[in-house]
Amino acid sequence: MKEAATTSPFLTYILALPEILLVVGAMILLMVGAFRGERSANAISWAAVVLLLLAAVFVLLLPAKGKVLFDGAFIVDSFGRFMKVLTLIGSAAAIVMSFDYMRRARLEKFEYPILILLATAGMMMMISANDLIALYLGLEVQSLALYVIAAFRTDSVRSSEAGLKYFVLGALSSGMLLYGCSLIYGFTGTTGFPGIAAAATLGQTNLGLIFGLVFFLAGLAFKVSAVPFHMWTPDVYEGAPTPVTAFFAAAPKVAAMAMFLRAVLSAFPEITPQWQQIVVFISIASMILGAFAAIGQTDIKRLMAYSSIGHMGFALVGLAAGNAAGAQAVIIYLTIYLVMNLGVFACILSMRRSDGMVEDIDELAGLSRNNPMMAFLLAMLLFSLAGIPPLAGFFAKFYVFLAAINAGLYTLAVIGVLSSVVGAYYYLRIVKIMYFDEPAEEFEAMPGKLQAILGVSGALVTLYFFYPAPLVSAASAAAKSLF
Amino acid sequence: MIVADAFFYLFATVCVGAGLMVISARNPVHAVLFLILAFVNSAGLFILLGAEFLALILIVVYVGAVAVLFLFVVMMLDVDFAELRAGFIAYLPVGALIGIVLLIELILVLGAWVITPEVAAHVTTPTPPPAEVSNTQALGQVLYTKYVYFFEAAGIVLLIAMIGAIVLTLHHKEGVKRQNIADQVARRPEDAIEVRHVEPGQGL
Repeated sequence: MKEAATTSPFLTYILALPEILLVVGAMILLMVGAFRGERSANAISWAAVVLLLLAAVFVLLLPAKGKVLFDGAFIVDSFGRFMKVLTLIGSAAAIVMSFDYMRRARLEKFEYPILILLATAGMMMMISANDLIALYLGLEVQSLALYVIAAFRTDSVRSSEAGLKYFVLGALSSGMLLYGCSLIYGFTGTTGFPGIAAAATLGQTNLGLIFGLVFFLAGLAFKVSAVPFHMWTPDVYEGAPTPVTAFFAAAPKVAAMAMFLRAVLSAFPEITPQWQQIVVFISIASMILGAFAAIGQTDIKRLMAYSSIGHMGFALVGLAAGNAAGAQAVIIYLTIYLVMNLGVFACILSMRRSDGMVEDIDELAGLSRNNPMMAFLLAMLLFSLAGIPPLAGFFAKFYVFLAAINAGLYTLAVIGVLSSVVGAYYYLRIVKIMYFDEPAEEFEAMPGKLQAILGVSGALVTLYFFYPAPLVSAASAAAKSLF
Repeated sequence: MIVADAFFYLFATVCVGAGLMVISARNPVHAVLFLILAFVNSAGLFILLGAEFLALILIVVYVGAVAVLFLFVVMMLDVDFAELRAGFIAYLPVGALIGIVLLIELILVLGAWVITPEVAAHVTTPTPPPAEVSNTQALGQVLYTKYVYFFEAAGIVLLIAMIGAIVLTLHHKEGVKRQNIADQVARRPEDAIEVRHVEPGQGL
């Protein structure tokens, strides 16, 4: 691997510029916040949004020809480029959505955007990780920042409980991941993905390596909240402040799934059947649990938690295929999932009456008469989440199932379609409540920033079928760089 | 070599025994002291492995700083450990069962442990060879060059931990009087002292 790392130091830092920009920017903003106090919270939030978008521009400007930096620990390629832009947009949107909530909840602290910046830097490190140590460190940078912002509302017991639960279970999963990594290292003699891939092909399949792989996948499954490691998701989603939940449901999921994809596809390509059965199992379990457990929920944040578990199951269907078409399907799925989720959370964040936020699904009753535009867009997003054509969510599911069928995984595809039908029930129930129930009290007017995000998300989801080519071709180019 | 083996078993046995005592000692102060014993014995194991730098770091950082801080916290906070441990016995059977199943699986795996010669050839050799430089020097040679990315990333993790601790625990209370040294120094006698001439028998 020594030969791969011949990039000059100068070029190394140029290629890692987006990450360096985020970290250095976060430190500068931290100093500004520390000296100027809470007054600067608003300005720092906007500066953080600008930094995130600037980093996205840098990511797009850099060449994407599979360069390996830092002695093989960090890889810059078109897969990483696509996922990083997606993550950066998700994080920036999460900050934009948080302004009104934070002001009303008297939570305007400058540390919030800074922690999001650092978490995003961690996500980019996860996406670019080409080595077990780099993967773990990126994951910890991200997770640690997420634990803190889950407990951000220190005056609320539920928020603190969410943070603590997330922290304890997250530490447990990190332990499993590290145990798996140490076994993999022990049986292959290297932590770099190319080296592991070279060693994992040798001779008959090595039992110790498989054992390490199982623990490694268990740790990764926790981070994407796939069954059976999903237990933290509903409690954390419900307890955390709503803008934080909106953030959790978007960017970190994309980054964790990207890391999952790169880790199994580039470190274990020769032993695909070994991890394929595990991925098929967690995918089926996630889809079924996401479909059935969400039915009884009355709190919309809990419902979205189960929905996200189900959607991660669908994305894993594409990964189970284990080929470039499958990876392309996962990338498309994640893009559309991110857009839909941001739109739905923009609606959830505007469920506010004069006496505060409401989270009950029944509070949406008769929204079609109080706010027809919001009701229409939310209905479109929910139809899309359910996977009803011709909305974007249908195409997302279509690509992953097609990839599974082409790879011969018929059972998986059939179970996926069936659980998608079951899952449609609870999305359609919300639409029914909005359109056919007696109107509840009106919500306060939707803030402009949320309107903008809901509008963009709704437009992308409803109009996707007119012009799917750019996303499909970009995802195809990104997926090819993994193989 | 027989002496080294004897020391290995001595350190390993005491370490495991101390570890058990950490979770079973009734008095939390004793538990922390057993933790320190476990650290010191682990340091002994590191020395047997030839990693004297790690051994000393373990003593300096973990025993000297972390465990002592633990001890202070345990002594200052009035935590009812008996209550915390109330569920311990109730959950013990389930926990023990899972532990035993994992142990059996591990033994099965390690029993079938075969490292193919190709893999052995693939193992990265330590850089530079341990015979030529001491391991402190070897760490210093790679920490800021080959592993600079990991080093910086670990630094960011610590920064986030620090921000998190401050955000979650620091509350600015309104109306608390604080000492402002600049104001105190800038204060002149004219502002602070007022000289009044008091007529006898009249008062102010």
